[in-house]
Formats: sequence, structure tokens, C-alpha cells
Amino acid sequence: MAGMTEMKITEEEAMPEARSADSAVEPARHRPMGATARKAVERVTELGEQTVGEVRCENPFIVTENVDVYYGDNHAIQNVTLEIGKSEVIALIGPSGCGKSTYLRCLNRMNDSIESARVTGKIALDGQDIYGSDLDPVALRARVGMVFQKPNPFPKSIYDNVAYGPRIHGLAADRAELDDIVHTSLDRAGLLKEVKDRMDEPGTGLSGGQQQRLCIARTIAVNPEVILMDEPCSALDPIATARIEDLIDELSQDYAIVIVTHSMQQAARVSKRVAYFHLGRLVEVDETDKIFTNPRHKLTEDYITGRIG
Amino acid sequence: MQNLTLILLLAAMAGGAFYAGRRRSFAVVGGPAHGAQLHSLPGYYGYFTLIWCLLPALGLFFVWVLLEPKVIVALIVQSLPDPQRMVSEGELNLLVNNIRNLAAGDAISGDADAVMRDAAERYNEYLAASRRVLATLTLGIAGLGGAIALRRIRPEFRARNRVEQVVLYLLIAASSIAILTTIGIVLSVLFEAIRFFREVSLTEFLFGLTWSPQTAIRADQVGSSGSFGAVPLFTGTLLITTIAMVVAVPVGLMTAIYLAEYSSSRVRAVAKPLLEILAGIPTVVYGFFAALTVAPWVRTAGEAIGLEVASESALAAGLVMGIMIIPLVSSLSDDAIHAVPTAMRDGALGLGSTRSETMIKVILPAALPGIVGGILLAVSRAIGETMIVVMAAGLAANLTANPFEAVTTVTVQIVTLLVGDQEFDSAKTLAAFALGLVLFVVTLCLNVIGLMFVRKYREQYE
Ligand SMILES: Nc1ncnc2c1ncn2[C@@H]1O[C@H](COP(=O)(O)OP(=O)(O)OP(=O)(O)O)[C@@H](O)[C@H]1O
Ligand SMILES: [Mg+2]
Repeated sequence: MAGMTEMKITEEEAMPEARSADSAVEPARHRPMGATARKAVERVTELGEQTVGEVRCENPFIVTENVDVYYGDNHAIQNVTLEIGKSEVIALIGPSGCGKSTYLRCLNRMNDSIESARVTGKIALDGQDIYGSDLDPVALRARVGMVFQKPNPFPKSIYDNVAYGPRIHGLAADRAELDDIVHTSLDRAGLLKEVKDRMDEPGTGLSGGQQQRLCIARTIAVNPEVILMDEPCSALDPIATARIEDLIDELSQDYAIVIVTHSMQQAARVSKRVAYFHLGRLVEVDETDKIFTNPRHKLTEDYITGRIG
Repeated sequence: MQNLTLILLLAAMAGGAFYAGRRRSFAVVGGPAHGAQLHSLPGYYGYFTLIWCLLPALGLFFVWVLLEPKVIVALIVQSLPDPQRMVSEGELNLLVNNIRNLAAGDAISGDADAVMRDAAERYNEYLAASRRVLATLTLGIAGLGGAIALRRIRPEFRARNRVEQVVLYLLIAASSIAILTTIGIVLSVLFEAIRFFREVSLTEFLFGLTWSPQTAIRADQVGSSGSFGAVPLFTGTLLITTIAMVVAVPVGLMTAIYLAEYSSSRVRAVAKPLLEILAGIPTVVYGFFAALTVAPWVRTAGEAIGLEVASESALAAGLVMGIMIIPLVSSLSDDAIHAVPTAMRDGALGLGSTRSETMIKVILPAALPGIVGGILLAVSRAIGETMIVVMAAGLAANLTANPFEAVTTVTVQIVTLLVGDQEFDSAKTLAAFALGLVLFVVTLCLNVIGLMFVRKYREQYE
């Protein structure tokens, strides 16, 4: 526990530029995490049906009720109920294989492309059932953008990468409008300065961090309502990570963001709420600082103190 | 001694050498317990001894066996009385053959006279002597080599390095076989083609419009000196290849797209092996399918819409050849599509592309180098394909772009030039080599261009 606090401080010293002040979005940042506070509460120990903490939120935008996901016989997500608010950042954490990516992929129906995957339960986006028969997954994915673990720019020019989404969705009436969308998106992703003279070069020629920001630009160019991020920084160095985290801060004003991460520091820095998954179950959800200072479930505590995972 | 026995003896000696080498390596360090003092594992000392025992002996054996007949024949001819020696080369050959057959106790042409019987006897004597010397020398060298190797074994001797060196040379020799064969074939085709071009000018061959390779075999025969303008063959090949590609590329590509992206795994499990069966059908079968089923069908279909169609048409051959090439195109394209990372697919789908948009805008462009490579390979295959065209396209060297007429191709003409009786240095026969050279150059260019294309795209996308 002490080690974790220390690490946080050193990181803050090392990367002051990443700490742009906005405490509404990063509530955990300036609060000390006291080991004493943690001991006071009695913890839930069994891995039961019931999620500990507050699964509901004030202004829900995505509502998932009793969601189960099966890969063939493998019950990968078990009875998960969770609400995600409009313009909030929620972090999904948990040991490898616990189903974070699977849950994330339910939210934009990317699991459809896996033959063995089966999703049951109710998932609603802004009140609309996204697994309903009248909903087109293609249209859904334009509203729920996704950024992947490994940067995956298309083998096209930087410009064409960003213009891809607007083109297929017909968002731009003419070339000038398209240029405009591409430039704003790159700008919001913090990449414009670095690439504005090389828009025709292949996107695959950028550095890893730049590629990831290009993928984020590509996603926001479609103007989605939600952005899903599956370990977006795991292939990046600390500086590139800090830039992406800043970006998440900024984007969180307009978008609901669901981010999967293995870094507790990152979860603490960027998210408003944290959801802890374990073996396909949603064990605990709460405000970020509550989870990190005072988890109510034994498994959550073990995970964030480094005893599992 | 029979050569087979000799080989078996050598093998036995080699085995013995291996064990002797191993034991000797233990002996020089004072027993298996001290094996760690050896530079290499004991087995390497065994192999080292084996190599010394076997390689020189085998080398001598093969050189000897290669030279033996020539030397013996030369000796026999030397010893023949003058009248028999002073004949033409052809007659001398016949004589030597007869002597050999006589020596082996086979039937000979004509009667055997005393001189020949004498020679045959001497032939047998020489042969036996040669075999005796060979056996002694080979076994002697094997023994000697083994002994030298054994004497060199010391604890610090680097047997492993030596053995690995020899193995390396063996590997190099093995890989040179293919390369040397290619070079040999190219050179022989080249030289024969040059001989052809001494008789027929290059420009006539490359730009002449009539192909009629009949030359008179005997000087007194009526007939012509032949006409070797290969343009009709080139256009014929081009026509049939084009038709084949028009069939194979779209069908193969669509098959690949369906199998790679749309089909369920169950359909795929059935369709892929079936396609591979299609690829495994011998081309002769395609050939009679083309000649007996497709060609008449094309003719009836053509007549139904009022077209004049020859019973052997470029169209029939091209269609069937296209079908034959479909599996090649589809499986190479399928590989190329599969090689596009799933991340690409997910990225496109995640942005809200439909499957077809993902396919057309992201996956196909990324897979393009592989697909183009596959298509170029298919073109090479189509140009080199022989059997189907022989059976279905006919032999008439028509200069036409009409797919309903009979045409002929480069490969077909090579076949017809070389089938049947011919002299090996007539222009007609040599023309086959010139055509072969053209074929070789064209396919080589195709492959080089294809590779350049593929590489350029790779650089762009990596
Ligand atoms: N395509 C798939 N087919 C079958 N099973 C899968 C598939 N993807 C995931 N699973 C299974 O579902 C479970 C959850 O996997 P998931 O990828 O969601 O874990 P995760 O929490 O994202 O792990 P990580 O942190 O390692 O990314 C695992 O048991 C995994 O084996
Ligand atoms: Mg994952």
C-alpha cells in the first residue's frame, strides 16, 4: 500500500505536464490513500451473485442488465448489471481473462463477429435496446466507437485513415468539409501538429503513440457518443501514455468513455468510477477514490494491493 | 566382385569406423568416465572417422564407375585389327555395341566372327580386372582413411567442428542441385536456340506472321524449308491465357472472399478440401473434358446465337483452363486475405463499416500484394499449360483474336515439334528450343515484375 502511494508521487513528479488540473474528472489524484482507513471496514469475501457498491448512476446512458456472455460452453460474463453515465469515464479493471474485453465488446456488438459468442440480458444505449431486432449493429458502432489495445491504423495515408469513417457514413458533403473533419479530429487527438505536413504518408509509418492517437482521431471523426478503449496504452511508453490520458480527460467532457486498463494508477488518474471484474463476475463498482481507498470487497482489495492479478 | 557387394562392404566398414572412432575417443581420455575431457561428444569422433573412411572411397568409386566403360571401349578399339578400326564412326559404334552384347551373352545383329569373339573375350577380361582393382582400391582407401582419422583423435581434437563442416558442404551440395539443374536447362535451351537462330533469323521468328514448321527430312523430299514466324503462337497463347484469366480471377477472388470472410466454419471445412481436389485433377482429365464436353457445347451455344464456331476453339480451351486455375487463384488470395491482421478488420468494423465496406476498403487493399502475386503465378501457370490446349484448342496456327476459332499455343507447338520421328538438328526440332526459351523468358519476366510489385506495396504498408 505504501509502495503504491510512493509510486504515484514519483510518477506525478516525473510527468507534470500530464497532470493538467481538472479535479472533477480525476477525483482520486490529490487524495491520499490511507492504509488505516482501509482496515476499519469489514469486507465482503464470497464471490456471490451480488455486485458490491453502486452499479446505478445518476444520469445513465448505457444500461446493462443481467448480461451473460458465453463462448460456446465457456461462461465468460456472468450476470453483470452496470449503468454508465453520460460524459463519465469508467475504468474496468481485473485480472487477465476475467472478461473485461468481452464486456466491452458487448457494448458495440463486436462480439457478433465471433462465431461462438452468445450474449443474453439487456443492454440499452440511451434507452434503446442494442440487441433488439430493429437495431443495425453497423449504425450502433458509429455511435459507440472503439479504440483497441494495439494501435491498428489502416494501411492507408494518415488523411485517409481519419477520413475513412466520415466517408463511409457520408458525414461530409464535399472535400472541404471532409478536410475540416479530418483536421479537427486530428487536432482533438493532439496529433495535428505532428502530422499536418505529412498527411499523405502512410499511417503505419507513425510511432506507436502517434498511431494510437491516430486511431483515436479516426474514432472521434465519426462523432460517436461513447468511446470504448481496450487497454489503449498497453503498447505505449509513459510519455505517450500521459498524452493519451490527457486526451481522455478532454474527451470525457463530450463522450462517455469506458476504458479497460491493467494499470491501477491509470484507472485512478482518468476515471470517475471503477468496476472490478473477477472470473466473469462484476465484483465491485464505485467511485474511483472509494475503490482505491476503501474497497468493500475482499477480492477488490486483494487485487488493488497486488495480491492477485 | 559385384559393385553391390562392394557398396555393402563399404557400408559395413563405415559402421565399423563409427564405432572404432567412438571407442578410440574414450580410449584417449581413459574410459567413458572421463568423457568430459573430450572437446566434442564421443559420437562426433565416430562420425569423423566414418566420414574419412567413406567419403574418399565413395568418390573414387563413382569416378571409376563413370570412366570404366569409356576406358575399356577405348582399349578394345585399340586392339582391333586395322580393317575393323578404319571404318566410319557409326559402324564402329555398332561394332562396339555388338562386342558388348556378345560379351554379356545377349543376341547381336549379324554374325559374330572370330575377331569379334576375341574382342568380346578381352572385354570380359578387362571388365573383371577393372572390378578387382576397383574393389581393392576402394576398400584400401576406406581402411586407410579410417586409420588416418583414428590416429588424429586426441582429447582436444575438434571433431564436432569438422563434422559440422562436412555436413555444411553436404547441405550446400544438395541445394546446388536445383540451382545447377536450372542453369543447365537454361544453358542447353539457350545453346539449342542459338543454333536455331543461325538458320532462322531472330526477327523472322519474333515478328513473322506464318507458322508452318514442316521441313523436308530428306534432301530429295518435296516440301518446303518451313516458315517459323511465331506471332500466331504468341497471340494464341495470349488469347487463351486472357480467356482463362477472365474466368479464373473473378471467380477465384470471389470464392476467396466468400470463404475467408463470409462463410461459416462448417461451409469452409467442406469447400476448402473440395477446391483442393479441383486443383489435384490431372490436366489430361481437364483436357478431355474440354475437348469432349465444353468444345461441342460452346459450338452449339455459338450456333444457337448465329455464330460460326470451330469445333476446336480458343474459347473452350480458355474456359476449361480458367476453371483449372480457379483453385490456384482462390487459395493464394485466401492466404493473402487471411494474412491481413484481425486488428484491421476489427478497426474497420468498430468504426461502423459494413462487412462489404470492410472488405473492399480495408482488407482487399491490404491483401492486394498477395493477390497480385497469386494472379501472376496463375498467369505463368496458364502460359505454361499444355495438355488442355493440345486437346481442345487445336493445332492450326491461326493469327486471330476471335475466341471462336481454333488457335495454337507455344506449348502445343513444342509438343508437336518433338513428337514423332525427327532429326535432332533440323530447324524444326530446334524451333522447339527457341519457343522454350521464349516461354522461359516470359515467365521469368512475369515473376520478376510480380515480385517487384509485391515488394513495392509491402514497403508502403509496413
Ligand atoms: N474469441 C474468443 N473465443 C472463445 N473464448 C474467448 C474469446 N475471447 C475471450 N474468450 C474467453 O473469455 C474469457 C474472458 O476473456 P477476455 O478477453 O474478456 O478477458 P480480459 O479480461 O480482457 O483479459 P485480458 O486482461 O488478458 O485482456 C477468457 O476465459 C477467454 O478465454
Ligand atoms: Mg482484454
